[in-house]
Amino acid sequence: MVSTIAIYAVLYASLAVFVVASIVRAAGYARLPLHLRWEIYPVPHEEKGRAAHGGSYFEMKDWWTQPAKFNRSGELKAMLAEMLFLKGLWEFKKKTWYRSYPFHLGLYLLFGATALLFSSAFLWIVAPRSWAAGPGIVLHGACVILGPAGIGLTLAGAAGLLLQRLTDADLKPYTTPADIFNLLFFIVAAGFLAAGYLWRGKGSFSAFALARGLLTFDAGLRVPALFGFGLVLGALLVAYIPLTHMSHFIAKYFTYHSVRWGDQPNGRGSGIEKRIAEMLTYRPTWAAPHIGADGAKTWAEIAITNPAQGGKK
Amino acid sequence: MRQKIKVADISKTAREPLTHLEGRDLMPLPPPYDGPAGQHDWPPLPAQTLAGCECFLDDTCVVNFPQPKTKQEEDELVGKFLSGLEKLFNRDNNWTFLQPLVLTMEHCTKCQTCSDACHIFEASGRNEIYRPTFRTEIVRRLYFKYVKRGGLLSAWQHGDIQLNWPLVARLLELCYRCNLCRRCAQACPIGADNGLVARELRKVFSQEMGITAKELHEKGSMLQLRVGSSTGMNAAAVRDNMDFIDEDTSERAGIAVKTPWDVEGADILLIHNAGEIVAWPDNPGAFALLLNAAGISWTLSSELAGYDSINYGVFYDDAQFARVAIKHAEAARKLKVKKIVLGECGHAHKALTLIADRVLTGDLNIPRESSLTLLRDIVTSGRIRFDPARNDFPVTLHDPCNLVRLMGVVEPQREILRKLCPQFREMEPHGVMNYCCGGGSGFAIISGNNFQDWRFQVSGRKKLLQILTAFEDCLDPSIPKYVCAPCSNCKGQFRDMFTYYGLWEKHRILYGGLVELIVNAMSDVKPGFLEWEWH
Repeated sequence: MVSTIAIYAVLYASLAVFVVASIVRAAGYARLPLHLRWEIYPVPHEEKGRAAHGGSYFEMKDWWTQPAKFNRSGELKAMLAEMLFLKGLWEFKKKTWYRSYPFHLGLYLLFGATALLFSSAFLWIVAPRSWAAGPGIVLHGACVILGPAGIGLTLAGAAGLLLQRLTDADLKPYTTPADIFNLLFFIVAAGFLAAGYLWRGKGSFSAFALARGLLTFDAGLRVPALFGFGLVLGALLVAYIPLTHMSHFIAKYFTYHSVRWGDQPNGRGSGIEKRIAEMLTYRPTWAAPHIGADGAKTWAEIAITNPAQGGKK
Repeated sequence: MRQKIKVADISKTAREPLTHLEGRDLMPLPPPYDGPAGQHDWPPLPAQTLAGCECFLDDTCVVNFPQPKTKQEEDELVGKFLSGLEKLFNRDNNWTFLQPLVLTMEHCTKCQTCSDACHIFEASGRNEIYRPTFRTEIVRRLYFKYVKRGGLLSAWQHGDIQLNWPLVARLLELCYRCNLCRRCAQACPIGADNGLVARELRKVFSQEMGITAKELHEKGSMLQLRVGSSTGMNAAAVRDNMDFIDEDTSERAGIAVKTPWDVEGADILLIHNAGEIVAWPDNPGAFALLLNAAGISWTLSSELAGYDSINYGVFYDDAQFARVAIKHAEAARKLKVKKIVLGECGHAHKALTLIADRVLTGDLNIPRESSLTLLRDIVTSGRIRFDPARNDFPVTLHDPCNLVRLMGVVEPQREILRKLCPQFREMEPHGVMNYCCGGGSGFAIISGNNFQDWRFQVSGRKKLLQILTAFEDCLDPSIPKYVCAPCSNCKGQFRDMFTYYGLWEKHRILYGGLVELIVNAMSDVKPGFLEWEWH
């Protein structure tokens, strides 16, 4: 048996690292300055008729006089299709989708099972009678289905992706040792969790008891070594993800909403215009003579000089 | 069998190309282009170029950068490159594209989905150096090693790279092997943008090192900022040319045409790509005829750059881009027009309407729109009578990337063609999923050394296949066919590529703009406005 408190500490610390690192990364991207427009169509929040063929409001004559319509349901539909089903990969690279989708679905199911497990444990702590009356049993039942399915799909997907990385002539030359390590990390962590849970010994321990123990800091809970090792690996993996490119669940918010779908026009006196005005005061230092930057001139001053006419404005 | 190229090979010190393309390596074309008709001799680079310039990426060379004479000179250039690379990731220097660039650097999963979407990679027979991620992977490794100052752990995570002069010299050429069509970015499940990386690299070379393709800079944006147009025409020359076009159009159409100049308070300032005036005069002539016939209040401007919508900065340099965009807006402000309308030029559309949207503020932020919506409204308004029978020949539509995938102007041109061209048929794929003509990002005006062979054999190959497939039921030369390309840059590529492959002689395939087709179908115009023999 491993120290239960040590396991609790690792789990909480990992969760904290995950949350803090994710926030830091997201905040870092959010703080980057407003960039020039660089969208790619289709943009799903376009008006329904136009979104269907990938059109934009530029298809309307005098578009700036028309009321701006934001098709929220279209955007939500596109977001859900991408998040839940990896639609982009399905459309453009089915071979990888067959491996990547089970992997991601497995992670979603594991996340869902964990959330349900802790909800169930929380309910048991605060309202044991309600828990026993039914909701707890339903939640627990859902965990029993989702958890193993999640582990199985994650393992199968990660193994499939690893095999593809090691054998596919297109992927292999671009695969770094870290890419292999990352997929192995998933396989090993999920493997130990599954093995530890399966061979934990009858009646000795349950995931529900662990969740309850974590919420109540129950030091008396005895965690089998093999499962404890799986838990620690899983926790470290959770902490590791936002430190790597695997945090694309954060990046995709920005690549989609800010870049690909970032079609908000700049109106006179708008908030965007104010932000642009600030950036035009930045002082670049590009060294090529035709730029005429010296670290003192602002971006706006550079943009209104004409290098072909002796720098006159 | 071709030797497999690795990312690390970019740093090879041997002054020899990393790859060589043979006709048999390329994506197959249908008959008769699968035989000698489609496989031209590919002339090697001139000995003088090879001896004096840094041309050791592949079989061609765009920039012709002179070889450094000493190791010290090489080291200085590498230092400048590194300095420029760092500035790319600095807010003050590159606020314009910092966020999408950082996201692309840090989140590519190297799944190669982008590779399958790239027409250049596919047409080259999947040659490794043209893979969209090949270029980006080099930049990514440099970013983590030199900008983020990563050590051994970073190298383990992201891969290592040796920065030396051969790497920089090859990257200089490699950033000019991408059409910036961003089809790869459209396909990327993460939203990483390899097209952007090619453009940002061009910026490092231009904005920090003062190195770029002369067609884009000296003969492009600098010439435009000096005389008013990258064609070299000053205001007097362009007015002379337009006078001639008015006369010619009046004679051919049987309707008097007069282009209005510098009309203060006009509703519309129309800005053509001045290349139209020089190379495809039917287009500005047809615009003048149609707008006058529709009773539109419009004008051209004779202000510096006000008569040429070209903005090559969009392909290589943010400062040059902003300067030209501001000149366009200033011309409109001076004339107090209600809006600017862009003629049939894709990159000009995207540059002024969309990208410059976050450069033009205050009274320079004058509404800007596409001529295609204006043309659609004229055609569907009922103000002008049309006879679609005059356009009763097979017509297909090319979607310029900048106008369609990157700006979302998809349907107006189709509404016109469906109304006026009974035999209109789509290419596959089309609309926002289109393929680039192969001349994008400035390639259509770059022709030094044997670069034309490369852009017809490689970058234009997929479009050639699309066109032949769209007309596969009527390739017989007895049937004239029309590729409608509402973009000057694309027309430049088609003009040269059609000649290269003999598409007119073999199949009677002509290319041209949209407004010419509209005027050709006008009932009040003398029949035969389209000049089929003029190709």
